[in-house]
Amino acid sequence: MKPAPFQYVAAKSVDDAIALLSKYGADAKLIAGGQSLVPMMNFRLARPEWLIDINRIDGLAGITQQNGMLRIGSLTRYSELEASEAVQRGVPLLRQMLPHIAHEAIRNRGTIGGSICHADPAAEMPVAMLALDATFELRGPSGARRVAADDFFLGQMTTGIEADEVLVAIKIPETKNDERHGFSEFARRRGDFALASAAVVLRFNGGMISDHVRIAVGGLSERAERARKAEALLAGKTLTPTLIEEAAHTASGEVQAGQDLHATEAYRRSLIATQVKQALAVAADRTSSTGAKK
Amino acid sequence: MSELKQHDVAFTVNGKAETLSVSPRTSLADALRDTLGLTGTHIGCEHGVCGACTVLLDGKPVRSCLLFAVQAEGAAITTIEGIGDAQSPHPLQRAFNECHGLHCGFCTPGMIVTLSAFLKEHPQPTSADVREAISGNLCMCTGYQNIVRSALRAAELIEGAKP
Ligand SMILES: Cc1cc2nc3c(=O)[nH]c(=O)nc-3n(C[C@H](O)[C@H](O)[C@H](O)COP(=O)(O)OP(=O)(O)OC[C@H]3O[C@@H](n4cnc5c(N)ncnc54)[C@H](O)[C@@H]3O)c2cc1C
Ligand code: FES
Ligand code: FES
Repeated sequence: MKPAPFQYVAAKSVDDAIALLSKYGADAKLIAGGQSLVPMMNFRLARPEWLIDINRIDGLAGITQQNGMLRIGSLTRYSELEASEAVQRGVPLLRQMLPHIAHEAIRNRGTIGGSICHADPAAEMPVAMLALDATFELRGPSGARRVAADDFFLGQMTTGIEADEVLVAIKIPETKNDERHGFSEFARRRGDFALASAAVVLRFNGGMISDHVRIAVGGLSERAERARKAEALLAGKTLTPTLIEEAAHTASGEVQAGQDLHATEAYRRSLIATQVKQALAVAADRTSSTGAKK
Repeated sequence: MSELKQHDVAFTVNGKAETLSVSPRTSLADALRDTLGLTGTHIGCEHGVCGACTVLLDGKPVRSCLLFAVQAEGAAITTIEGIGDAQSPHPLQRAFNECHGLHCGFCTPGMIVTLSAFLKEHPQPTSADVREAISGNLCMCTGYQNIVRSALRAAELIEGAKP
């Protein structure tokens, strides 16, 4: 179907976009890659009267390294992240996750910021952001503020961003030497949204897991979330196959899981146990965990 | 809503400069087909899933149903018409013909546009690579086997044509 008629304006700067959002209020929507918004407009699930294009804003895309952090402009496309040396070296978990999102033609347009703001319950990006302890830089009429990924994803397509704010950048701590990570998902077909996905980051202290343990899951319910009981179970222990089994079982029991036409709740819980287990197994296998730098 | 504004947009299509006056909601796919008469770009689903509308935007495959024409200002667009024609077919077009890579042909433009960019980056693909490359393009007819064969054959043709 075709979208309902709308007016179009290309924002020249972030401030311009904020001014336009303030002016048109609830009638306006920002468009980044358009890979979620346009399908919704074509289905007439979204009918903005004004479309504010942020693709022409200079400096809103790009990846820079600063003080052990990677700063990724919100307009950076998945394909740019996939090709980035800085991402491969600095945040290998993100690199590992990216090919699971859709298909190349979608990744050539879709942006990291668009996925985070859209907050599809089955999207991979929010899961990775939670595991990586990312921080989001938002800007609105009253200035800039930062929100941690932990406080951002509130529900199905519902986030902590205000209607007149723009997500400007994402900050992710670079992977430490003593850190291991893994990502795993199950989707019906290649490129589909995940029925269950898991990302894990474990920091080690000597041979033991430190208290920096982050296990994030998605695709199960209205939003991505962390499996905090499973995290607590791992902290301070040695990562053995038995412990991995236990953590996967705990995670599967504690997180929200829903039922829809794609899968029953029981099936989703069974899937997520497997995904957490596989993600932890990847983390346990030093050689396949590219995060452990030589 | 106030009066809807038309927008002038300038881009190149298959190397030729075009200036169009479009309504904001006109997709690039519709502009190519209806305004420019380039009906090789097919429209299947209009939500990004089928891949029939794939064109190259500055050399990269994108869905022309998910891009508004007004957004393509300044871009270089390549459609199936720019990939090759009956007189001088692209190796992919020759291979699809040779290996029966199409039945009804609805998915074919999207397949070939997608594969043209893929073969540039992966001149010697395995059949698994090809399957991954066309994972975002749906075909209702062929069962994909002959499309994969066509892509591999095209890679051979391109390799063989090298000096
Ligand atoms: C066929 C198909 C398959 C897909 N498969 C997957 C998949 O497997 N996994 C997956 O995760 N995704 C998938 N997607 C969705 C894709 O990842 C989208 O690119 C992404 O969800 C949205 O990013 P975008 O840049 O396209 O945002 P847009 O569609 O442009 O915008 C999405 C929303 O975010 C808002 N927004 C965008 N940028 C900002 C900003 N900087 N500040 C504030 N608000 C902003 C917009 O107003 C809009 O509400 C798929 C899409 C398609 C078409
Ligand atoms: S018509 Fe664009 S992907 Fe189906
Ligand atoms: S040949 Fe008919 S859809 Fe592919």
